[in-house]
Amino acid sequence: MKNNFVFSIIVIAIVFPLIKLKAQDATVLVQKVKTKLEQVTDYVAEGKMKTDVAFIKAPVGKVKVYFKKPDKFKLKKDGGISLLPKGGISVNMRSIIETTDYTIIPAGDIVVNGIKTKVVKLLPNNDNSDIVLSTLYIDETNLIIIKATTTTKENGTYNIEMQYGKYINYALPDKVVFSFNTKDYKMPKGITLEFDSDLTPEDRMKMKNKKGRIELNYSSYIINKGVDDSVFK
Amino acid sequence: MFTLLQIELYKIFKRPRTYIAFAAITALIIIIQLGLKVDGKEYADFVLADLQNTLEINGKIINGYFVCYVILQLLLVHVPLLIALIAADMISGEANMGTLRVLLTKPISRTEFIIAKFLAAAIYTILLLIWIAVFALLASIIIFGTDDMFLVKNAYAVQIEKVDIFWRYIGAFCFAALAMLTVAALGFFLSNFAENSIGPIVATMSVIIVTTILSTMSIPLFNKIKPYLFTTHMVAWKEFFDVKVNDANETIRGTVQNADKIIRSSIVLIAHIILFVGASVWVFKKKNVLS
Repeated sequence: MKNNFVFSIIVIAIVFPLIKLKAQDATVLVQKVKTKLEQVTDYVAEGKMKTDVAFIKAPVGKVKVYFKKPDKFKLKKDGGISLLPKGGISVNMRSIIETTDYTIIPAGDIVVNGIKTKVVKLLPNNDNSDIVLSTLYIDETNLIIIKATTTTKENGTYNIEMQYGKYINYALPDKVVFSFNTKDYKMPKGITLEFDSDLTPEDRMKMKNKKGRIELNYSSYIINKGVDDSVFK
Repeated sequence: MFTLLQIELYKIFKRPRTYIAFAAITALIIIIQLGLKVDGKEYADFVLADLQNTLEINGKIINGYFVCYVILQLLLVHVPLLIALIAADMISGEANMGTLRVLLTKPISRTEFIIAKFLAAAIYTILLLIWIAVFALLASIIIFGTDDMFLVKNAYAVQIEKVDIFWRYIGAFCFAALAMLTVAALGFFLSNFAENSIGPIVATMSVIIVTTILSTMSIPLFNKIKPYLFTTHMVAWKEFFDVKVNDANETIRGTVQNADKIIRSSIVLIAHIILFVGASVWVFKKKNVLS
């Protein structure tokens, strides 16, 4: 009995500081990523957006993305209608990481798209926050976020995957892929006024895919040149 | 023949009832445009409510192209009734007034006479469609502007790029012309069998109402006869507003999802026009004209 008690004390004495050390490491890592992101006070990016949702037929369109510190974010399609995951795209990486009021939990290492990443979970301390949990996959070498999974109260869970290129020094991605869950789509015939359907069973199966994807391929960024607030209205 | 056609057109456009259709269509279009101008956002929210559970849809949903589509959806169901007012009166109206016998004393063949009458009804029908095109499309473009077109269908939604829409309307109006000419041919055919206008007009309307109901009801028994009803094919103009997608689910500009359906329906409608007009010529040639 006495031996067990001593053993437990020793284990706690060794493991607890290790956990605390790991948490401190993760906090430092997130802080470093944040510092790198903070180099950019604003940007205007041009690119192409592709919407891939099973029950939507949409063209690839040119888009302009505006960002201004701390968390102003606007995506405008170049003369057309844009379809974005509800709440998802505005909750960009910057706005997740800008928040200081969260608990950081280290969750090991994992390889994402061939890149070794540190997994960090961010738990907001504020009970009213829409974000329930964010998991960041951070490339420790380049201090960039490779992937993020965010669970929200209102809009479900979505993934953001990022690929970097010439703007890696600013931690700005060349390609962003948003994956999100979609809800069932069924429109009453009384609204569409279409009374026959030519859908094949294969088409129907395809439509049942509940995963949606929005792909943004950025071609250029104009960084820290100022963005007018009126853009975000 | 041309003189005969001119006379028939003169007779059509001299009658006040001809302009009822133009006035009714103008009023309906203005009412829809006014409604969408005032409460367009609410209408768009209602139509897109299901999609907006998942997506944020930004842009000018209520634009001229979309408004024209809404107008055509609502209007093209009722235009046949307005066409029947004129087409079903072409022969029976003359019989009612007692002028048919007099007209046939002129040195013209009965075939020429009947073809000229049908062509006059066809020109009226096409003018009515041009009127709709001007008010529903061009006026809506002026009032609401243009943007991509976002349409909700039963099982999916389609976004068509702004630059890829106008030619679709030209195609849709040409197809609608075929559909309306079929109605005109039916009314014209029925007008051979009566000596007053009311009978053929009501008969044409009844045929259209009954076959439209059969075309729209999803009951297995009716599904078997649907392909043979011309009203099933009359709505194929909507097919112009659906695009093909590639393997990456990106829309392909300039394509039509079911082009074969448009061709098939066009053939069916043309066959009906030929059938009704041919039958009219045959019946009229055999007819003992007493009035």
